[in-house]
Amino acid sequence: MRKKGNLLSLIPYYIWILLFVIAPILLVAYYSLLDLHGHFTIENYKNFFTSVYLKMTLSSFWYAFLITLFSLLVSYPAAYFITKLKHKQLWLILIIIPSWINLLLKTYAFIGIFGNKGPINAFVQAIGLPKQQILFTDIAFVFVAVYIFIPFMILPIFNALDKLNPALIDASRDLGASKFTTLRRVVIPLTMNGIKSGIQAVFIPSLSLFMITRLIAGNRVITLGTAIEEQFLVTQNWGMGSTIAVFLIIFMLIIMLFTGEKRKGAVRNGKTK
Amino acid sequence: MEKLSKKSKLYLAFVFVVLYAPILFLVFYSFNSGDSMTNFKSFTLSHYKDVFNDSRLIVILINTVVVALLSALISTIIGTLGSIGIIAIRNRKLRNMVLSLNNILIVSPDVIIGASFLILFTMVGVKLGFTSVLLSHAAFSIPIVVLMVLPKLQEMNSSLIDAALDLGASRRDVLTRVILPYIKPGIFAGFFMALTYSLDDFAVTFFVTGNGFSTLSVEIYSMARAGVSLTVNAISGIVFFVTLILVLGYYFISNHQSRTGAQK
Repeated sequence: MRKKGNLLSLIPYYIWILLFVIAPILLVAYYSLLDLHGHFTIENYKNFFTSVYLKMTLSSFWYAFLITLFSLLVSYPAAYFITKLKHKQLWLILIIIPSWINLLLKTYAFIGIFGNKGPINAFVQAIGLPKQQILFTDIAFVFVAVYIFIPFMILPIFNALDKLNPALIDASRDLGASKFTTLRRVVIPLTMNGIKSGIQAVFIPSLSLFMITRLIAGNRVITLGTAIEEQFLVTQNWGMGSTIAVFLIIFMLIIMLFTGEKRKGAVRNGKTK
Repeated sequence: MEKLSKKSKLYLAFVFVVLYAPILFLVFYSFNSGDSMTNFKSFTLSHYKDVFNDSRLIVILINTVVVALLSALISTIIGTLGSIGIIAIRNRKLRNMVLSLNNILIVSPDVIIGASFLILFTMVGVKLGFTSVLLSHAAFSIPIVVLMVLPKLQEMNSSLIDAALDLGASRRDVLTRVILPYIKPGIFAGFFMALTYSLDDFAVTFFVTGNGFSTLSVEIYSMARAGVSLTVNAISGIVFFVTLILVLGYYFISNHQSRTGAQK
């Protein structure tokens, strides 16, 4: 009796799954098989395997790799040190607060900071170097992306480190392992799940960034996300856009397969605590 | 516990400075009487006045807040009811499948959500604007609410429900007086998350917003593409302040709850 009532409460939820989870995926798959005039074709897929799109995919992966690598390099030590602080939960909140500030505003800040008359250039000139063009370069793009993703990388790593039993570290040290060996053979392997979640939380969004590429990289960097946005909203070629989306979904599944835990962790970004 | 060395403290301080500097930089120049983010002339509040005198911006601000509140409300209701239903699914395979479907929107990149929703709305014939934005925001928030509420339901002892039923409670009573009060913290967290996801969203909104309707993120994007305007800085000052209050408020409330409940 009780069961029946509860299952009734699933009706709106099932409608949501049908309309907003299953239908959109099918629609993207369907549109990827249409040309500009709505005729069935596999032209879009052929197009994707031409050098233009392959190069773009490759460079998108390369940037996503760089962004993930640098976020990891910055975040791991930071997360590690935070676990050693006295009020670590409060410090963690402080790390996460910037991730709650509207993404657009943070990106906008860098337009000022990296600008020709911004503080970075003022500093460069103060130490006697010529003015640099920083905005609209790929270095600026990677920097801003890393800046934005750091909290999302720190959070899962912090959670993994926090769960680590300190007795294991003591044991390792007692048995004669150096600090570095302990880190390499004990701490990092045991927090691998956190690292993987972090990589997943950074790599996939990095592939699909499109707003930062426009505002900071000035269209010098084209990610898969930028390409999709352009096909959908600028050239209005929904077929090609959907084809790129299909490949992005496939890449996403592959990445999740590599970085997935057995138990699904809730880490899309810092907010999903 | 070992103490942190000077070097590691310095490193942490550096990370904090880098994380906060851009935001403070923005807020700092929002008080600049000049018109760029370069040299600070003198202190002024005129850019804040500009924000409040610009009726278009005010409408956009109201739009953003209304969409956030409504979408959070809708997603909290559907998500909570859904979680109560999911818990009742006896078939393990079916339940796991539903949970996997639930997580699809959480891991999907925003661009794909935006693009596929755009196709969906065009196909079904929903006019792009307030409705499409509201529906999209509610749609991508529902799985987050489920993730917040489900653990609370799982930790709830089912004998509580049996006891209530044995003592003569109706099904309605069980829901409103046993289940809902128990999972209230989860519902509250879910609502809060949905709210911030909606406020923060740019990519999905950008795809489904059409011409006449705009939210804060989309508006900032078009302003930023046009170049530096200290009005945006003033907006960021307001946003930073509101965010700080929200996050700290949330932190203290949830901390208070966990303290009155089990010690963390």
